[in-house]
Amino acid sequence: MKRATLWRIGLLAAAVAGLEILCLAGAIDRLTMQPPHRMAVDLVRLLAGGALNAAILKTLGNAALAVVIAMVVGVAAAVALHRLPSFRRLLDPLFATYYAVPMFAFYPLLVVLFGLGDTPQIFIGAMLAVVAVIVNTLNGLDRIPKVLLKTARVNRLSPWETAVRITLPCAAPYILGAAKLAVAYALIGIIGAEFIMSTSGMGYEISYAYTNFDNATMYPLIILILAVSIAVNTLLARWERALMVRRGLA
Amino acid sequence: MSVPMKDGSIKRRPLKRGWTDTLLLVVLLLAVWQGLAWVIGAAELPSPFTTIAFTGRLLTSPSFWPHLLETAKAFGVALLLSVVIGLATGFLLGMNRFAGDLLEPVLVAVYSVPKITLYPILLLLFGLGIAAKVAFGTIHGVIPIALFTLAAVRNTRPVLLKTGRVMGLSTREMISGILLPAAMPEIFTGLRLGFSLTLIGTLLGEMFASQRGLGFMLMNAIGLHNVDVIMALTFLLVLFAGCASGFLLYLNRRFYQHV
Amino acid sequence: MTAAKKVQIATVAPKVHVSLGAVDKEFAQPGRPGEIVHALGPVDLDLRQGEFFAVVGPSGCGKSTLLELVAGLSTATRGEVAFEGRPIHGRIPDGIGVVFQEDASFPWLSVHDNIAFGLRRMKIDRAERERRIGVALDMMGLSAFARSFPAQLSGGMRQRVCIARTLVTEPRLILLDEPFGALDQQTRLLMGDEVLNLWRKTGATVLLITHSLDEAALLADRIGVMSARPGRLIDIVETGWPRDRDSRIAQEEAFGAITARLWRLLRGESLKAMGKVGGET
Repeated sequence: MKRATLWRIGLLAAAVAGLEILCLAGAIDRLTMQPPHRMAVDLVRLLAGGALNAAILKTLGNAALAVVIAMVVGVAAAVALHRLPSFRRLLDPLFATYYAVPMFAFYPLLVVLFGLGDTPQIFIGAMLAVVAVIVNTLNGLDRIPKVLLKTARVNRLSPWETAVRITLPCAAPYILGAAKLAVAYALIGIIGAEFIMSTSGMGYEISYAYTNFDNATMYPLIILILAVSIAVNTLLARWERALMVRRGLA
Repeated sequence: MSVPMKDGSIKRRPLKRGWTDTLLLVVLLLAVWQGLAWVIGAAELPSPFTTIAFTGRLLTSPSFWPHLLETAKAFGVALLLSVVIGLATGFLLGMNRFAGDLLEPVLVAVYSVPKITLYPILLLLFGLGIAAKVAFGTIHGVIPIALFTLAAVRNTRPVLLKTGRVMGLSTREMISGILLPAAMPEIFTGLRLGFSLTLIGTLLGEMFASQRGLGFMLMNAIGLHNVDVIMALTFLLVLFAGCASGFLLYLNRRFYQHV
Repeated sequence: MTAAKKVQIATVAPKVHVSLGAVDKEFAQPGRPGEIVHALGPVDLDLRQGEFFAVVGPSGCGKSTLLELVAGLSTATRGEVAFEGRPIHGRIPDGIGVVFQEDASFPWLSVHDNIAFGLRRMKIDRAERERRIGVALDMMGLSAFARSFPAQLSGGMRQRVCIARTLVTEPRLILLDEPFGALDQQTRLLMGDEVLNLWRKTGATVLLITHSLDEAALLADRIGVMSARPGRLIDIVETGWPRDRDSRIAQEEAFGAITARLWRLLRGESLKAMGKVGGET
């Protein structure tokens, strides 16, 4: 293992230990934060108890759905936009300012459009994620060497074959990068929506626990969300890195 | 091939075309909005005209300004903190290989996490009020600025740094004379992202737990199902965010992308 | 076009494999609408079945444009390009293989899969496919690297992967667009030998675009010399080498005579090409 990695693990362990000491010593009161070992115990109890399994499944399932939608729509849109440069130029300022727009402001409108179920939340997650997918995929498509497309023509590949056999594999590292962002944005969108205006899901449970000073539920849930998003992110990053290494780019 | 002429035309043309494109895009978006308004009905989605008219009325109503000021204050402080802390962190980690290797993955991990889950912790630490909002806006904005600065500083071409070292530049001269200008285009991207995320963070903070500010107004309007206020506020925010982002893009293109 | 107008040097009428008749190519200038650049032509040229033809010319004279026209990668503004008697209209005909100057290996595929790329869409059974790949790997000295990825190979080896990838489809016409331009001198010489070997074994017609007079003199049966832009053929030089040749002919007197003659023809054109660049700026 690399020296930096070991040091990082050490640093994080020290931070957790420091928190533990501060909490146990009473420097941080119990209403603000539980000692880390308590959070771990509570998390196990929570998962074993199963009372919140429905909320956890709902949130993660919706996030997965939003990611899939964003990836399919985003990659398809990017491939299309890459072939229509004038339309792409038109939409460029929209992409550049997209994430400056507080998307949650549209939530009430989405409720009107899609009703009170999960759909508006999935929609907001997919909406947040899709532009990151489009921009990243386009970035990858821009970097395809012209000579590879010429090779495709010399081999007389149809547009579909070119996309499947040249364009998409060539842009694969960027599409994986897009997937990483899609997971992050979908979780932000869905949990944010649950937080602000929903009656179920992990976001809602955290917010509910917060208002009821129920730190024994709040902290484990927060840790669970952080762990899931970091784990997915790390896995995708590993995969992305493996592809880059194979191509001599990392 | 006349290279200088070509350069000149490249510099001017896209900028000009950019304006007509932006205009076209705005018209397109307004048309889509109007179309949706017709389909859904004005009771649920007011048309662009109604919204703009209501925005005008909102801007002249005295009860609106304290909320705007509150948000502006929180956002301003959060942005300042994000930029200062972000740039400092980025330069520090970018110039020190080991520190960068040590902490970059931590920053990336925090960047990818849905930060709203951390808001209750901030509320418990800072209490209800402007401090929690500022802190929440700052943790949104500071990471992209730090990450982009770090990458930009680290990717500065080694030959430029060698040149500086041969000339015997001090660390400060190295930063102001070589690292900052070389890294500026990328840092600008980070600043633009940091700006957007700080705004979103501040507003989210207000939406979740606050008694003042535009985010609170928006939540309140959602609760009362006041579509006019919702649309007017959304319109104002989009307008502000869009203009600010466009302005930063323009600055970046104008000063730092030597095409 | 009448045959008399074409540059014809051979005494016996050989079988014509590729013919260009009064071909012109004009480009619209990107970013400057209305301005048209006359890149190439008019060019009249017949490539004989099975010959090794090289094209040399000053930089920017449209050599690569010529190759793209023959490959069907772009369409002539005027005139006609025909391959095996059938006109090419910006449609890539079957039986043509192209090796580009830039590295065109697919970084996501192993060497083996890179070479298999063009075969996948041909209706060939698996055993035959593997046999052809094996032969190509062997011929290009890549057998030990079949499972490697391009990033693990040197530039010269990557170019060999691209040549092998073209080779396995058994093209009747091989177009080489400065395929060794990015390689060092020694590697170029050795690769030249490999290309000669391949040309002899396959019996394909080869059209080589190069900026290296030595390379043209070393490899080709005939060398077309092009003028500065708009590129036209100003002469065709017969080398008279035996079919069974390799890079050692570089030591022969005739080799020096050929390169000297090429340089005499090209010196003025190259100066013109340089002067143009300087003059416009």
